[in-house]
Amino acid sequence: MKAAAFAYTRATSVDNALELLAVHGERARVLSGGQSLIPAMNLRLVAPEMVVDIGALAELRGIAIRGDTLLIGAATRHADLLTSSDIATCVPLLAAAAAHIAHPAIRNRGTVGGSLAQADPASELPACMLALGATIVVRGPGGERRIAAEDFFTGIYETQLAAQDLLVAIELPIAGKGSAHFFQEFARRHGDYAITGLAAQAVLDGAAFADLRLGYFAVGDKPVLAKAAARLTGVTMTSSVLAEAGDALSRELDPHEDQEATPAMRRHLAKVLLARCVASLLNRPDLHTGGQA
Amino acid sequence: MTAAAAISLTVNGERVEAHVLPRLNLADFLREHLKLTGTHVGCEHGVCGACTVRVGGEIVRSCLMLAVQADGAVVETIEGLSDSGEIADLQAAFRDRNALQCGFCTPGMLMAAQDLLRENRTPAREEIREHLSGNYCRCTGYHAIIDAVETTARARMELKA
Repeated sequence: MKAAAFAYTRATSVDNALELLAVHGERARVLSGGQSLIPAMNLRLVAPEMVVDIGALAELRGIAIRGDTLLIGAATRHADLLTSSDIATCVPLLAAAAAHIAHPAIRNRGTVGGSLAQADPASELPACMLALGATIVVRGPGGERRIAAEDFFTGIYETQLAAQDLLVAIELPIAGKGSAHFFQEFARRHGDYAITGLAAQAVLDGAAFADLRLGYFAVGDKPVLAKAAARLTGVTMTSSVLAEAGDALSRELDPHEDQEATPAMRRHLAKVLLARCVASLLNRPDLHTGGQA
Repeated sequence: MTAAAAISLTVNGERVEAHVLPRLNLADFLREHLKLTGTHVGCEHGVCGACTVRVGGEIVRSCLMLAVQADGAVVETIEGLSDSGEIADLQAAFRDRNALQCGFCTPGMLMAAQDLLRENRTPAREEIREHLSGNYCRCTGYHAIIDAVETTARARMELKA
């Protein structure tokens, strides 16, 4: 299908975009890479009166190191995550995740900020932001707000962004010594939306976890930072510790049912991913003896 | 303000000026305004890959890009790649290997395959599959397409050697 008619304005700056959003509010939608918005418009799921295009704003695109923080501009493309040396060294989890975002032609247009603002619970980057402890930088009529990723996502396609707000950047703590990451998802076909996925960031202390953050996606109405991770940190890892954490994870998750999987299947897959994650990060193949998927 | 906007872009090396409505996507602009019907429109929501073109040297879904967003851009379609001879060997390999039947997906497949061969001259079969994973083919079962891309990669390497 074709999109309904709308008015289009190419913003000349972030300030200009904010002015346009202040005027048009709920009737406007922000167009960045357009890889979620335009399909939704073509399917007539949304029909904004005004589209404010921020895709060409150079001030929103780029990756930079500021002290112990990595700054990613909102209009940075998924493809940039795969080629950036700063991403590879500072937050390699994002490069691992980006390889699973749709397909090359879509990664060339889709943006990091767009994915976060869209807040599809099955998409990769929101869960990565939870695992990495990201801060989402938002500008609106009242000035700039900095929102922890854990508070940013509130439901299916729902975030703390108001109609007049623009997501401008993401701040990420740079991975330090002993850092390790794990990313895996189950999908019917490479590039499809995940049935269940896990983005994990860890700090290793010898054979144990000093810290472990488990960002699950496609397990409910928003990405989940699993509390079960606390059972795995600062302890000697055994198969029974892992099994107890897996049971706690099952109780904690409240997955949805759709044509891809039942809640029970998603719980099972989440546990399989947990075992694979722990076995991989601690280099303990003996722990990955559980379920196959 | 839903009125037509003036755009100016380069398509297959030629300067194009036009007035387009904001709701017109790039695929329809290429097909209906410029009569470049090699770019196919399948799903119109970014799933099938039949509308793949190059914008600024990178492959994109032309159904997921507005014509107004292409203002100032350099666009290349299957007609451009075909006429310049850039993919003559790839096209011949598709034909030789029966890597097309109805041909609907073929322009998008060729765009995506050439994109891979430009960045990776010796892709493994799994890498070819991954790069083409966003392009649907309902006829061939894909194996023949992978064969044709692999054959072309090898032939190009031999040509260089």
